[in-house]
Amino acid sequence: MRLSLVLGFLALALPATAQAPLVSTFTLENGLQGVVIEDHRAPVVTHMLWYRVGAADEPPGKSGIAHFFEHLMFKATTNRPDADFSAVVESNGGDDNAFTSQDYTGYYQRVAADRLGLMMAMEADRMRNLVLSPDDMETERAVVLEERALRTESEPGALMSEARSAALFQNHPYGIPVIGWRHEVEALNHADLLAFYQRYYAPNNAVLVVAGDVTPAEVEALARAHYGPLKPSENLPARVRPQEPPQLAERRVIFEDQRVASPYLVRIYLAQNRQSGNQEQAAALSLLADLLGSSGIASELGRNLQLEQEIAVSTGAWYSGDSLDPDEFGLFVVPSQGVSLADAEAAMDEVLANFATEGVDPVQLARVKSTRLANEIYGMDDQFHLAQRYGVALTTGLTLDDVAAWPQVLDAVSAEDIMQAAAEVLQMRRSVTAYLRAPAGENAQ
Amino acid sequence: MTSLFRTILGAAFIALASLPAKAATDIVEVTSPGGITAWLVEEHAIPMLAIELNFRGGAVLDPVGQEGVTTLMMGLLEEGAGEYDASAFLQATETLAARFRFNTGQDSVNVSAQMLTENRTESLALLRVALTQPRFDAVDVERVRRQMLSGLDSDATDPDAIAFEAFRNAAYGQHPYVRNTDGTRESVTALDQAALRDAHARALSRDNVVIGVVGDITAEELGPLLDELLGDLPLQPAFSVPRADVLLTAAINVIDFPTPQAVALFGHQGLSRDDPDYLTAFVVNHIFGGRVVTSRLNQALREERGLTYGVGTSLSPMDYAALITGRFSSTSDSMAEAIAVLRDEWARIADGVTEDELNVAKTYLTGNYPLQFDSNGEIARAITGFQIAGLPRDYIETRNENVMALTLDEVNRVAKRLFDPSRLNIIVVGQPVGLESQR
Repeated sequence: MRLSLVLGFLALALPATAQAPLVSTFTLENGLQGVVIEDHRAPVVTHMLWYRVGAADEPPGKSGIAHFFEHLMFKATTNRPDADFSAVVESNGGDDNAFTSQDYTGYYQRVAADRLGLMMAMEADRMRNLVLSPDDMETERAVVLEERALRTESEPGALMSEARSAALFQNHPYGIPVIGWRHEVEALNHADLLAFYQRYYAPNNAVLVVAGDVTPAEVEALARAHYGPLKPSENLPARVRPQEPPQLAERRVIFEDQRVASPYLVRIYLAQNRQSGNQEQAAALSLLADLLGSSGIASELGRNLQLEQEIAVSTGAWYSGDSLDPDEFGLFVVPSQGVSLADAEAAMDEVLANFATEGVDPVQLARVKSTRLANEIYGMDDQFHLAQRYGVALTTGLTLDDVAAWPQVLDAVSAEDIMQAAAEVLQMRRSVTAYLRAPAGENAQ
Repeated sequence: MTSLFRTILGAAFIALASLPAKAATDIVEVTSPGGITAWLVEEHAIPMLAIELNFRGGAVLDPVGQEGVTTLMMGLLEEGAGEYDASAFLQATETLAARFRFNTGQDSVNVSAQMLTENRTESLALLRVALTQPRFDAVDVERVRRQMLSGLDSDATDPDAIAFEAFRNAAYGQHPYVRNTDGTRESVTALDQAALRDAHARALSRDNVVIGVVGDITAEELGPLLDELLGDLPLQPAFSVPRADVLLTAAINVIDFPTPQAVALFGHQGLSRDDPDYLTAFVVNHIFGGRVVTSRLNQALREERGLTYGVGTSLSPMDYAALITGRFSSTSDSMAEAIAVLRDEWARIADGVTEDELNVAKTYLTGNYPLQFDSNGEIARAITGFQIAGLPRDYIETRNENVMALTLDEVNRVAKRLFDPSRLNIIVVGQPVGLESQR
């Protein structure tokens, strides 16, 4: 009855082409690929340089090197012995930062549009001219270990996340944390870092993304002037990582920590990523995650466990697909006080079983699609995230055509596609179920 | 996919929000036929609209014994209203692809809404139902109450939450600011529907709201929509809250908690937003602990010594008190050294900054001005903040000149006024080696 109130609003169609961002591309002779996204609302620009290297590309036993290196990129170069990269950005009123994932490492500055050339000059400089002094290495190693202590070791949920990823990936390096295992970060040496830098930090391994108040012609001219002279790397390896064997055994992880006040459970399944020219299953999995758990009590898990049975305080599902290799599809349940993790897991599995029999409600499918498609419009309001969308795609094996096609691929997903993807992916033998709780008999303080 | 960022972004500088240069000259004041005023920036490039509603009052008005009631009430606005039960409301919101966020602070509650132009009428109608006709059905109250209690349980083992509570206790004594906006297990458990209805009447009214609108709408279209959205709300009952005496004095309070990394939260009395020295103090704080790699604290703690992943300080001017506060974390072995460095720096900045530091800060702050807000939602929040701070609509046009005009003498006078090592109160939660509480 109440649903009929909303049916009248199902008006949202695909964003018209006029509402898509204005994107163009070029490639320099040395292999550097450039993407320009025009956004003329304010005289500012976001300059990003992405490298097609992340934690999953690290040599065995050298975990954390990609992220450690990201920190070192802010240190001295032969042309800038004072390590004043950020200071110069700041003195031009800009902000800068960097990030590392399993598949990419990115550096960016946000600054007035007329400073773009200076940003490129400095970014090009540190691509090839970093000094890598032992003193800088040691100070920054301490910072990285502080970061690991802050983000991981102080957070029982993050420690559990490391444990479950290690269990999910039986062969692929996605099972190793991006920040690295502490003992391996402690042991990284100068030779490791230098070899990593010389191999991966090169124009033929980089993607330039510029978004803002600029024209494609001026960006290309600046890029040619600053990045054009850089020599490409000649020993750039193909990005072939060890792949997963057929997964045959369900795995369980129990992580106990006295700091846990609200226990919860997570189930992750090995799941296909978005692949160039073949994004259909990823689109179906994205919508499956939305239907199961992205909308709180309007989702299957929330409606059943929070609203009807009242045995959970929070539930959810996630899937991104933005990775170079197959990654994960995840579900979580935070049970209400007095409900055991085992009972919550059984109830979660019952929701999945019922979903498998009853199929997709077309009203719900229309709802989650309209949210996804609206995100394309809202996304245009955020220059940084728009730029990020292209950087992620081009460093995880996708093309600009794939990015442009994504809304249509999402829109074309049928209820049957979703059920088929669910049947293929939600298999216990390809899963890890993880519990986070306090040790028995200990009440969290 | 997890990303790790090199620096942690510091606290938001709400009080000194800024705008892209283009929007700077484009703020108009719109008064609805019913007398509700809003600031508007028209931006037709993208078919969407952002609306920020800031209702003055907030959790500081929670009656004694009902701590957390405003937070629970705001959490329930989207959990059932008018004809919609909780699930139907959420589905209607998503089907319209509208985005509503409801938040509670000590001094205000706020609503951030974004909607597509093509669904604007229906989206605003839905938001009106949430604001004016919340149901507070028992089943929904219990569900959201469980979420709040679960959050309070997590706070009990979260070093940051533990530090924050200790800091509030040290700062505010008996003032209502001492209370957690999420209440206590006892108070939240006791809240009933009558308390929620009272909180609703206290918090949301048509005469206590500050409004910022940015996006694909004209002034003529906006006026009548404001009346439709808010005209049914009542007038706010009179209230008074005393000004808080900030009681922070020089001390270190180490709270034992088993964690490999200790958290430090620190600060003392700050400057009110209407203090003539506020802008100067903002610049001094930027040099000391601002959100930049070159801040004195970041240089001393991170870049030179590797003692922390990130540190920042900020001015917190609230309606009834003003603070300067900061935070960092450090491993148990490093915390004692980091605290010593912090105290040295706190004393050193009171001695003044250099001409060079001031120039660097001026260049950054003025050059960064157009960059801080690059989306409709951010600009809506910013122009709402301007109104709350009592700044004129042309504030943006003069702000950079005012920063550039600051002299070294003025800055150093205010540095001495702002930073007082004899009052610096430090809370440390963890098991720091070689660091003891000091009174």
